[in-house]
Amino acid sequence: MALPVVFFGVFFAYPVAAIVARGLHADGVWQFGRIGDVLADPGIRHVLWFTTWQALASTALTLLVALPGAYVFARLDFPGKGVLRAVVTVPFVLPTVVVGTAFLALVGRGGLLDAWWGVRLDTTVWAILIAHVFFNYAVVVRTVGGLWAQLDPRQEEAARMLGASPLTAWRRVTLPALAPAVAAAALMVFLFTFTSFGVVQILGGPTFSTLEVEIYRQTSEVFDLATAAVLTLVQFAAVGLILLAHAWTVRRRETALRLVDASATARRPRGAGQWALLAGVLATAAVLLVLPLAVLVQRSFGGGLDYYRALTHEDGTFLVAPITAIATSLEYAAAATVIAVAIGGLAAAALARRDAGRLVRGFDALLMLPLGVSAVTVGFGFLIALDEPPLDLRSSWILVPLAQALVGAPFVVRTMLPVLRATDARLREAAAVLGASPWRVWREVDLPMVRRALLVAAGFAFAVSLGEFGATVFIARPDRPTLPVAVARLLGRPGDLNYGQAMALSTILMVVCAVALLVLERLRPRTASAGAADGMGEL
Amino acid sequence: MTLLGLRGATVRFGERTVLDAVDLDVAEHEVVCVLGPSGSGKSTLLRAVAGLQPLDAGQVLLDGADHAGVPAHRRGVGLMFQDHQLFPQRDVGGNVAFGLRMHGVSRAEQDRRVAELLDLVGLPGAARRPVAALSGGEQQRVALARALAPRPRLLMLDEPLGQLDRSLRERLVVELRELFGRLGTTVLAVTHDQGEAFALADRVVVMRDGRIAQSGTPLEVWQRPADAFVARFLGFDNVAEATVAGTAAITPWGKVPVGEAAPQGPRTVLVRPAGVRVGTAGEGLRCTVAARTFRGTHVALQLQPEDAPRLEAACALRDAPEVGAVVGVEFDAAEVVVLG
Repeated sequence: MALPVVFFGVFFAYPVAAIVARGLHADGVWQFGRIGDVLADPGIRHVLWFTTWQALASTALTLLVALPGAYVFARLDFPGKGVLRAVVTVPFVLPTVVVGTAFLALVGRGGLLDAWWGVRLDTTVWAILIAHVFFNYAVVVRTVGGLWAQLDPRQEEAARMLGASPLTAWRRVTLPALAPAVAAAALMVFLFTFTSFGVVQILGGPTFSTLEVEIYRQTSEVFDLATAAVLTLVQFAAVGLILLAHAWTVRRRETALRLVDASATARRPRGAGQWALLAGVLATAAVLLVLPLAVLVQRSFGGGLDYYRALTHEDGTFLVAPITAIATSLEYAAAATVIAVAIGGLAAAALARRDAGRLVRGFDALLMLPLGVSAVTVGFGFLIALDEPPLDLRSSWILVPLAQALVGAPFVVRTMLPVLRATDARLREAAAVLGASPWRVWREVDLPMVRRALLVAAGFAFAVSLGEFGATVFIARPDRPTLPVAVARLLGRPGDLNYGQAMALSTILMVVCAVALLVLERLRPRTASAGAADGMGEL
Repeated sequence: MTLLGLRGATVRFGERTVLDAVDLDVAEHEVVCVLGPSGSGKSTLLRAVAGLQPLDAGQVLLDGADHAGVPAHRRGVGLMFQDHQLFPQRDVGGNVAFGLRMHGVSRAEQDRRVAELLDLVGLPGAARRPVAALSGGEQQRVALARALAPRPRLLMLDEPLGQLDRSLRERLVVELRELFGRLGTTVLAVTHDQGEAFALADRVVVMRDGRIAQSGTPLEVWQRPADAFVARFLGFDNVAEATVAGTAAITPWGKVPVGEAAPQGPRTVLVRPAGVRVGTAGEGLRCTVAARTFRGTHVALQLQPEDAPRLEAACALRDAPEVGAVVGVEFDAAEVVVLG
């Protein structure tokens, strides 16, 4: 427990505190009056209002679109399921800048919709909402669907035998069991959309601005650090409140669920309803998820292989050939994954203990804060706080993986905690009575149970690290850009070649992510002897 | 030689006292069965001895040494859980060998011991089978082998046969008894099933609301239940308040003869079903037959007197009156017990 606390203290709380202090602490005095001034500004109020309602709308829309998908992935068996599951996860880890651009190509001026039907959405809020659904579809499908796949179908059958209709049985038995997962997924989606940056930056135009975009604008365009600090505090408080409320609801509902092997609960679709549902979900995935990516790939080949060839050359934009960003990204992401899994795993193990005190449980909520607090702030805070003794890491390569691990660790905790908590405590007791020390109990009982969850968590952390942009853009060294940073830099340059190269590099990033996730899908432990615990990590 | 001693063992869950100053001794090689309804604190008792549940007061002594603060994995006791808690990701052999591995037993020795134990519990050659494929009875045997493997000085069983079907249970209880006798294992088991307890135990301890209500050999407990609670828990329903004077007790059923040495004064009286003699109407207490249940060896009758609680009687099949018949009831002093 101590290690995660120190980690988050030094690499999260300290930088954030530093940036807040830099903003509000001027001429040797704290200037809290500025908080009031900033919040009274009508422009800022508008930003706050828009941030909130677009996040709510995005969350509702995502749940609406993705819950049928969660069901299909959990309970139906169809060819290509593993590949498709990886495919729907890809958008989640794509750099926001790329997604924004892909959607612009789809729904903006001269885009696909414009060319076919003369419809443009880039000036409306719909473009933002749809892009948010695109991003977060996988969050709901994996969090909810993962648990759904492991719920014992016999529970529903028992309800049916007691006279419940299929719908009532679902509503009364399955839904309450899923509720914590749905709440967790909804919370994540809300957090991501509340702090949305790249998407809103590109698709929102001058009209729509979220808190995060405003923080970035104040920091890097207006250089008004005081306003940025106040906005950071506001975002911090809002996110903190949401997380506390969430922790409260989850704790009230969390029960040791009866989990079964995920592969045993899925079966071939039966009846017109299930076929229609499957078709609907596949069509949704195709239009919503695959189409923007297809447009992206198509554009990357706009000049044959020219754009890809250009990636191997050094030019004025970079100190190095853009293609080297692949190796750099992979190295950083691997390091970040190791850190995130170590820190997140330790934290999850500590949080899963039944005798965990209030203090420890409170940490559960705090762990999510790095997700909610502006990545821009974290990156900028790293620059301010970690560039002087006692912690001078500015020139160290570890800085980038550290920032990325900060974003990845909460995913690890979120993925592992439900599985750890669902493990029957008496199984651990059985091991203890047979002579296993607490450490061996963890290794012999918990680890095999969570091995798959651990792999999935590692994959998530890896993918998130690969795609992390907001913080990395501040701290990546000029000669060692990561893929998203390189993409952003290319996008920032005029000219078709740069644009095409950005598309090509994005495509490469997408393929790297897809391969990583696909490998993960295939990494199943031996099924023969693994029994019920086998599918436990499907989150 | 006393192996396990509980001294004033107390456990509270919030306001509720689950174990209330329990004193209990288990001698080496003794098989003790704790019997009680659910919620009487018997599982908590096992968990406290295992070190899984800290005591709020009192002591757990193993070989005379206080084990406060000794964690479960260093106590050297075995516990077989109610629903077995086999490790789902390991096969049968992996489960049985688990405790041996934890104690650093060599690989070859593990294999030898696993084979030996699986033979012992009647599952020879099952080491490579996945536990998910086992039937309830087989799981129970594997759980037993797993608990026995590290040779615990005390083996504890929590409702060892609870979920199995009746015939299997009756067979296994005999096997267990034999096995424990042969191995000389010291056993502390808990169950809510009196048949199981009587068949398994050298000594039965009846628990009620976290306290020990009675302790004795199965025969003692069966013949002389300590109080109305124990009597009713053992399945005796003919229990009533009475006043004993000489060799007769005044009960709601009228005068009931008691043994000569019976304690005098206001007492609780138990009349075993076998002591309720069903005769022709007009002799003794007049009752109507309310129900009759075929019990294999005998017929259990529910008799309704005119203004007294129901009586249960046992009689031979050929003598059993029909439901609705009016009979006369007399009592046999040998089957009447005056409780403490």
